[in-house]
Amino acid sequence: MIQFILKRLAVAIPTLLVLIVVSFFLMKMAPGNPFAGEKTVPQSVLDNIYARYGLDKPEWQQLAEYIYNVVFRFDFGPSFQYRDRTVNDIIAQGFPVTFTYGAWAFVAASVIGIALGVVAAVRQNSWADYLSVGFSIGAQVVPNFVMAPILVLVFTLWLRWLPGGGWNGGHWSNVVLPVVALATSYFANIARITRSSMLEVLGSNYIRTARAKGLPGWKVIFGHALRPALLPVVSYLGPVFVGMVTGSVVIDLYFSTGGIGQAFVNSALNRDYSTILGITILLGALTITANLVVDVLYAWIDPKIEL
Amino acid sequence: MLADNRIKTVTSLEAAPAELPTKGRSLWRDAGRRFMANKAALTSLIVLIGVVLFTIVGPYFAKWSIEKVDWSVVGNVLHAGAPSLETGHYFGTDEVGRDLYSRVIQGTQISLLVGLVGSAIAVIVGTIYGAVAGYFGGRLDSAMMRLVDIIYSIPYMFILILLLIVFGRSFIMLFVGIGLISWLGMSRVVRGQTLTLKNREFVEAAIATGSKPRDVIFRHIVPNLLGIVAIYATLLVPEMILLESFISFLGLGVQEPNTSLGALISEGAQTMQYGTYWQLAFPLVFFITILFTFFFVGDGLRDALDPKDR
Amino acid sequence: MAPVLTVKDLSVRFALHDSVVTAVNNLNFTLEAGETLAVVGESGSGKSQAFLALMGLLAKNGSVSGQALLGDVDLLALSKTELNQYRGRDVAMIFQDPMTSLNPALRLKQQLAEVLVLHKGQDQKQAETSAIAMLERVGIPEPAKRANAYPHQLSGGMRQRVMIAMALLCQPKILIADEPTTALDVTVQAQMLDLFKTLTDDFGTSLVLITHDLGVVAGVADRMMVMYGGRPVEKGTVDDLFYDPRHPYTLGLLHSTPHIAKRAERLDPIQGMPPSLENLPKGCSFHPRCAFAFDRCLAERPALTALDNGREKACFHEGPMRYGKVA
Repeated sequence: MIQFILKRLAVAIPTLLVLIVVSFFLMKMAPGNPFAGEKTVPQSVLDNIYARYGLDKPEWQQLAEYIYNVVFRFDFGPSFQYRDRTVNDIIAQGFPVTFTYGAWAFVAASVIGIALGVVAAVRQNSWADYLSVGFSIGAQVVPNFVMAPILVLVFTLWLRWLPGGGWNGGHWSNVVLPVVALATSYFANIARITRSSMLEVLGSNYIRTARAKGLPGWKVIFGHALRPALLPVVSYLGPVFVGMVTGSVVIDLYFSTGGIGQAFVNSALNRDYSTILGITILLGALTITANLVVDVLYAWIDPKIEL
Repeated sequence: MLADNRIKTVTSLEAAPAELPTKGRSLWRDAGRRFMANKAALTSLIVLIGVVLFTIVGPYFAKWSIEKVDWSVVGNVLHAGAPSLETGHYFGTDEVGRDLYSRVIQGTQISLLVGLVGSAIAVIVGTIYGAVAGYFGGRLDSAMMRLVDIIYSIPYMFILILLLIVFGRSFIMLFVGIGLISWLGMSRVVRGQTLTLKNREFVEAAIATGSKPRDVIFRHIVPNLLGIVAIYATLLVPEMILLESFISFLGLGVQEPNTSLGALISEGAQTMQYGTYWQLAFPLVFFITILFTFFFVGDGLRDALDPKDR
Repeated sequence: MAPVLTVKDLSVRFALHDSVVTAVNNLNFTLEAGETLAVVGESGSGKSQAFLALMGLLAKNGSVSGQALLGDVDLLALSKTELNQYRGRDVAMIFQDPMTSLNPALRLKQQLAEVLVLHKGQDQKQAETSAIAMLERVGIPEPAKRANAYPHQLSGGMRQRVMIAMALLCQPKILIADEPTTALDVTVQAQMLDLFKTLTDDFGTSLVLITHDLGVVAGVADRMMVMYGGRPVEKGTVDDLFYDPRHPYTLGLLHSTPHIAKRAERLDPIQGMPPSLENLPKGCSFHPRCAFAFDRCLAERPALTALDNGREKACFHEGPMRYGKVA
């Protein structure tokens, strides 16, 4: 188990380093100057600013210091745009918001998606089956940035049940629409994957064996079929996580939730390079960690993979 | 299950001689027949061709260009800018008074173009990359595939946004960005397929007769990959369109006055609270139609070319 | 003594998209306590489906009619829940493919113990101990260690032993083994048959051995039933049927079986193919392949009729049969 994780880390850590280095030099290659405002700034002032942000040092040294600070002190440095705020401040403000609705969306999509998929497979050609099949076809063409306006149209403009934006400290009414918008397409895909994999397992020889033992139906499904049927679902959870991280940008923008996606786009438009870099690295690290967790989970479910 | 199979085997044995083709049928003609029998796929293909024709013929009927502002509409878009045959704004106008008919046509063109370019890059790069990795195997294979894994595990959207910010928004940058990631999935599929093909007799025979690796790959392996590549490329088109729309939705796609469906949807979504629903509806209908038809055509291709792998 | 199982008029049908196929047609037979009955036939003869039907394991498009009396309980009249009390406890089944018949995601001891927890009300620990004891009985080395293994860590022969252990845990009255040795190496086959014989004798379990391999029948079975096109065509003791077959199909099967002892003899396989169940020949379903067929066989289906010594056959042909060229 520990060996397995170490082996995965041996890939994950270089990946993260590559991500840092690539993003860092991309920023350096960017034309224009984050500190050049509308007025021409005297060279002496610029030199001052450069010194303050450590930009007067050679680039490799800047990179080394940056990596050191990120890895050992979890310090992404000061924001280039807001004089009085660090990147850590910006992340600390946006991350909890994104995490809240992101986690809900992830859990809801997985749990409800799996549940619907199982019911659809067990009761083939029932309402649940049609619902999951219909949903999964529809959801393929309704990405979150289409889902969000449709939800707002229905629940905010027509029904006036839920606010169409804002965060309000994470009040449930503000959380619902972002969660639904983010989760829908993944929920449908998870249901579809669960359904087809469950159907395959239910037709397998070892399920016939379990039935021949006289096990009651629910025990056959939950004791014997569910675990092997979840394998393809688990391997899809990695892409779900990445998709949701990406999708959070849309959600933040559309619902003005003030999450980390909003911070990313704002800093992108303001050329706040240190913030962009920080958020990219943080989310990259999270993604890599999530993939690692998914791998471990997969190995745990499938005994054929030695941990 | 078992019984079913068994009975089918028996009947197919009985029926086999009668069904034997009188003359050889190629794999592709066979697949074409199966595809034609698939109603959903065939309908989708026809609708898709209709959409493409519309983007070609449609502009000749447009009374307004994509950037001309209709000043008679400005300030009263909700009423004067609604879809109408009289004003020549068949799809209405956008919030600043530009003709939505022309803009939707252009958006559709650009979305289709993005999809085609993205999957073309995937076909070329992904096929060669995957075939080389699969054919040579060993260390080269694991190194090449490890690279794919690494790129895969990076949230590419952020890198893409980064690229667009750093190098500025342009068509070229958009295609480069999309091309950078579109080939990953294709290379995996092709590699897997190559691994199985490599052990087939005809490839072994080619190797045994001393063909160069390049010839084996391009003459024997790649032609046999075409089926699966075609399926994947078709399914990749909607994915690329989704990706571009996502970027456009964030305001990082093509630059004004040019537009794409994603950008139009984004604008429409922001203005629908004023009651100008057509601004969302028209681009959305085109967007969803394109995605739907591509998915169904891809699905139909898969069933037609690979009937046992359902 | 009353038979453990009496099957009356068992029919199994499958609904295909535009037709209904009868896989088993009015099957009648009895199974005595402690005996071994071999059910022999080609693929598609309905032999497996008949017993899957008894176990309630037909595919979704399958339906069954008739009676199957286990004591005075009709297995076919039970609801799914009621049937669950009997399957695994009184009637157990082993399948052809040991490689895929065990759950790949569960440890062997879990898969074994749950049978005892379910049917004998044992607690988990007790059940695991009994499971390990049973693994030892079926000849698995280091059973306590193997019980912790997953199926993929075992060879095919070992897995089939585990299947046997699992089936015998509750000492069932009847064990149905569907081609239990087909997927195994020849050397392992012999060991397995030996194991069946010993264990069923020890537990007094009646064994139904479904097979297409007469070599398997010879060593193990007491009686046999030959099936063709969903119907039994001949029944009797193994000795009677082997040395004095009365149905041309039985005869054909015997001549299709390679015999090491008689090296010089050429194999004489039955000509033609098994019939399509969707489209059975009129009259006797075997007549297109039968060397002894005459006009009556084409028009009329022979009924199963009793002969001496408890034998039955379904054939119009009387008198001796010589295989090969028709005299």
